[in-house]
Amino acid sequence: MAEPLSHHPEVAIEATRPPLVTAPRTLAGITDDIFGQLQRRATWKWWAAFAVAASLLALGIGTVTYEILTGIGTWGLNRTVGWAFDITNFVFWVGIGHAGTLISAILFLFRQKWRTSINRSAEAMTLIAVMCAGVFPLIHMGRPWVGFFVFPYPNDRGPLWVNFRSPLLWDVFAISTYFTVSAVFWFVGLIPDLATVRDRLTAGFKKKVFTALSFGWTGSARIWARYETLYMLLAGLATPLVLSVHTIVSMDFATSVIPGWHTTIFPPYFVAGAVFSGFAMVLTLLIIARSVMGLEHLITTRHLENMAKIIIVTGSIVGLAYGTEFFIAWFSGNPYERFAFINRATGPFAWSYWIMVTCNVVSPQLLWSKRLRTSPAVLFVLSLVINVGMWFERFVIIVTSLHRDFLPSSWTSYAPTKIEVFTLMGSFGLFFTLFLLFVRALPAVSIGEVKSVLGVGRAPRTPQAVTDLSAPAPAKEVA
Amino acid sequence: MSAAIGYFDDEHHLLDAVRAARAAGMDVRDAFVPYAVHGLDEAMGQPRSRLPWVCFIAGLTGGALALSFELWTSVVSWPLNVGGKPFASVPAFIPVMFELTVLSAALTSVLAFFLRSRLFPGKRATALPRVTDDRFALVLEHDGPATRDLLRAAGAVEITAEASTTAGGAT
Repeated sequence: MAEPLSHHPEVAIEATRPPLVTAPRTLAGITDDIFGQLQRRATWKWWAAFAVAASLLALGIGTVTYEILTGIGTWGLNRTVGWAFDITNFVFWVGIGHAGTLISAILFLFRQKWRTSINRSAEAMTLIAVMCAGVFPLIHMGRPWVGFFVFPYPNDRGPLWVNFRSPLLWDVFAISTYFTVSAVFWFVGLIPDLATVRDRLTAGFKKKVFTALSFGWTGSARIWARYETLYMLLAGLATPLVLSVHTIVSMDFATSVIPGWHTTIFPPYFVAGAVFSGFAMVLTLLIIARSVMGLEHLITTRHLENMAKIIIVTGSIVGLAYGTEFFIAWFSGNPYERFAFINRATGPFAWSYWIMVTCNVVSPQLLWSKRLRTSPAVLFVLSLVINVGMWFERFVIIVTSLHRDFLPSSWTSYAPTKIEVFTLMGSFGLFFTLFLLFVRALPAVSIGEVKSVLGVGRAPRTPQAVTDLSAPAPAKEVA
Repeated sequence: MSAAIGYFDDEHHLLDAVRAARAAGMDVRDAFVPYAVHGLDEAMGQPRSRLPWVCFIAGLTGGALALSFELWTSVVSWPLNVGGKPFASVPAFIPVMFELTVLSAALTSVLAFFLRSRLFPGKRATALPRVTDDRFALVLEHDGPATRDLLRAAGAVEITAEASTTAGGAT
């Protein structure tokens, strides 16, 4: 066995790990790869995907227009299931966004260098998912044109202020802050890459746009040092922020008295579920993107495998939470709570409960097998399965708790109308349309960050080479 | 007065050159790099950024303003009895206060960064050739044989002279 490089522990550790990007790449090669993506004409695969996504979006826009003109009576919502598809979709989409922030902020703080190839597109996914989420409370209001009533602004009704004790208002602040901070974080991360693209472009409208957006970035080391500080600060702020967002979303449920909702386990359970579903969505998107765009050497199987490992962890936390919930419902001795859970597993919506358990608890356990978690095809299928499961988790929580309330006289059932189904499809259309536009318009992989993990010129060098500056190098001189 | 610009194709050669220049008592105006080079700020003797203080103070201010506003609207401006809860329900005010703390800290830090670095939308700036792509440039004050020898010895692949008004511009 080779003797470890004990005087350079970090070198020894790096040497035993597989490289983050495969195939020897040069710095200019990375720029070529990403810049080439932006310059190339869209492939037929891209156009095909875009056509499907845009059609779904058109369907969604049409449906929402009809719903707003007619009223939310077009939905299957009723008393007492006043929340169903729309809030399920809202929680689902907010959850999807969480993986992006986890990759961009939390993995940054933990110095996980593998995040560099995927953080840009994951952050874009966050922004787009939060937009999709934001649509639902807005249309659920019925009169979205007065949606600004949710903000505390001086008004001529008193002024009558918003109720700061309401978790629904906390949501307004949590989601809007989350969107704003994620957008700023994403844009700050983009600036050096925008400058790289600007300097590669020779002329034209595109160059003007990139010049305007790159804020005059020159790559100055003094600005880079400050930039690194800023990036660290934003990561440090985004970390508690992302945890707070799904915590607050869970409080929409947990602060009410409905059986099945009124539990203290909700915040950690929701956050783990959000990261779980978000990573599944990142996998779905990146497995498609890396093959369509030919980026397999940047977004490698190792990246996919690392994400699969996070899915095992968060999936197991979710499974544990399901078990704990059930146990506590029995252990609390509260008959309503006990009924709510038995009804979930055996009542009229038992099918949705068991879809949820199969998809979220059973399926991720397959990833313990190295062969399965390094196969992009298997990961792709599993990521879709998990997304279905996590959508059903929110459906189960919302519908099963609401359809069997305290009073049997208010028991009812719930079935979505076509309008609700089309709106959900429309939100997927919005998501994929925006994501497809993003990969065509902006550097989808962080050029600067990938370069920093390439290890160009990082080969362990002899101490002599470091100090000996006398060796003449052929330098081209211009007076 | 002009400056000498040495171009390198390896971050280590740049770091060596920066260290050697500082050891020889030369003025390093700036370096231009395609990605954040680890240890370059220390080698250049760059003072620690004060952005964390901006962030901390902005966060504190944002949080304090948010809590004051919540208390003012709920206790002073229009006290409303909501389910018999106290007007000053401080625990219930914490989530909004937290969100606004983060919002204020993040936005102020970014704004401070842009102002301090003089970056703004549409700013016209010409980066040195290829430094946003695959080359590392070191700008040393006082172009002369000594500076050029040092750059050459450190492994510069190209050395040019540039007037101080056009090279870089960042302080």
